[in-house]
Amino acid sequence: MLEAWEFIVRRPELLAEWVLAHLWIIFVAVIIAVFLGAFLGIFITGKGREQIADTTLYLAEIVMTIPSLALFGLLMLLLGSIGLKSIGFLPAVIALIVYGQLPILRNTYTAIRAVDPAMVEAGRGMGMTERQILFKIELPLAVPVIMAGIRTSIVLLIGIATIAAFIGASGLGVPIFRGIRNARMDLILIGGISVSVLALLVDGLMSLVERRITPKGLKVGRQ
Amino acid sequence: MIKLEKVTKVYADGTRAVNGMNFEVEQGELCVFLGPSGCGKTTTMKMINRLIPITSGNIYIDGVDNTKINASELRRNIGYAIQEIGLFPHLTVGQNIETVPVLKGWSKSQRRERAEELLELVRMKPSEFIDKYPNELSGGQRQRVGVARALGADPPILLMDEPFGAIDPINRVELQSEFLKIQQKIKKTIIFVTHDIYEAIKMGDRIALMKDGKLVQYDTPADLLYQPKDEFVEGFVGADRALKGLQLLRVKEVMTGTYTTANIEEKAEVVRKRMEAEGIDLLPVVDNSGRFAGSVSISDIMSSSRAANVKDVMNQSEATSDVNAVLNEALSLMLSSGLKTLPIVGEDNRLAGILTFDAIQEALHEAVKAGGTK
Repeated sequence: MLEAWEFIVRRPELLAEWVLAHLWIIFVAVIIAVFLGAFLGIFITGKGREQIADTTLYLAEIVMTIPSLALFGLLMLLLGSIGLKSIGFLPAVIALIVYGQLPILRNTYTAIRAVDPAMVEAGRGMGMTERQILFKIELPLAVPVIMAGIRTSIVLLIGIATIAAFIGASGLGVPIFRGIRNARMDLILIGGISVSVLALLVDGLMSLVERRITPKGLKVGRQ
Repeated sequence: MIKLEKVTKVYADGTRAVNGMNFEVEQGELCVFLGPSGCGKTTTMKMINRLIPITSGNIYIDGVDNTKINASELRRNIGYAIQEIGLFPHLTVGQNIETVPVLKGWSKSQRRERAEELLELVRMKPSEFIDKYPNELSGGQRQRVGVARALGADPPILLMDEPFGAIDPINRVELQSEFLKIQQKIKKTIIFVTHDIYEAIKMGDRIALMKDGKLVQYDTPADLLYQPKDEFVEGFVGADRALKGLQLLRVKEVMTGTYTTANIEEKAEVVRKRMEAEGIDLLPVVDNSGRFAGSVSISDIMSSSRAANVKDVMNQSEATSDVNAVLNEALSLMLSSGLKTLPIVGEDNRLAGILTFDAIQEALHEAVKAGGTK
């Protein structure tokens, strides 16, 4: 423990570099995962797409069961075989996007499906087009649940991103792997504790964001 | 205004929900679709604004076939209020009411003005409610906002699907009466779906009674009550149709208009002598501008000092009824308050007359007789 502290004091720039690299990979992955997941989630709620929805959600669940170490390895080989950069940032981001899909996709789908049909009928009955129903009624009402999905996804990815070090990406996985290889307790502690602290911080931040963008009318109630 | 021609709806599973429906709703009329559940009343209504596509037949709105109009465009010109109210919880009361005006592209100030006007109409203070959210309102208030929203862009036609269905009975009666008052002002063409015969009789200018997707009888409430076309109608109307007729009469049609009153400034002793001379034991009291102030009885006066004025001895907390109230509400009030004569007030709380049991009985008897001989 003391050694870990001494290391941080001695080489703060190294820790900062790992943390920033870690956050950067997650940031890029999450942004893409959110758009992809939300878009897919909205798409599969469409009329007559129940079959597609079931299949998509099932696939997303299967992906979650693949061990992350194996997925990183698989991507490395796959990207290499099609001539793309097979180690480092790119495969790491792709793997995280894939892993981050399920919570976002499932929550978007569930939240939109859960919107009171009376609400949708009222909108349609007043002359809203299907697009207006989606953007003016369904999505605003689904925001809290979609946000919860994004939050789950981010916390999940912060942990998984450590394994990205295995395929040569930077981040807090680097000190952990280095610590394991060289039997350096201090490095393992630095990596592990930083990941936990990061996850807690980001989770707290996201809960603030979540509360902020939840429509006010959904938060108030008669006492 | 709205004309249905051989309107038929067959669902994919072969159910004939509506079967060759023919009738017309006149401009400014409130037409109630009445019938047991599954009779096709809601389906018929939803074919008017094309929420449910028609299988065969035609619906004309102002002479235009409704399938020739763009569906969204059509719906923006037909107000729509539903049982679950369907207020959008993420929008304020004002934004909810402005829904259709926004869709129609009204300017911001125009929309706001309209929302305030409509809140006034449904008797909710705009400054207090316009920025509230639906979750902060009571059931009755939400229902009022639902009605205001349906009137948002001032559509000539309103479709209302059991609009007061989710409200407790006491508030429902009040909302119905209020809505009738509003309708007197706005004169919209309204389709009003209900399965409640009392509501139908109270609200409707005409009632379309349906069964198994067919129109059984299309008549005024009085004709439906007193001249049922067949056994189904008779059964649906019920054996107590004379009592239901109470709903058809307004207090103003039955009350005694001219009546002795006392003034608050009068000497109690003088009033007592007048009451004794005319053989009356309860007298309504009015203030100097004719507003109802209370009632005074001979015993009230007897038990007070000789020098007292009427206002010192009168009973202020007397029940009253509005001239436009439905007769059964007034009767119910008389029964529950134990009053033999009920003071009736008009606009501005001015005394308009009194209502007695004798007058009610006579009016009902007349109605049944007239219905039976028509």
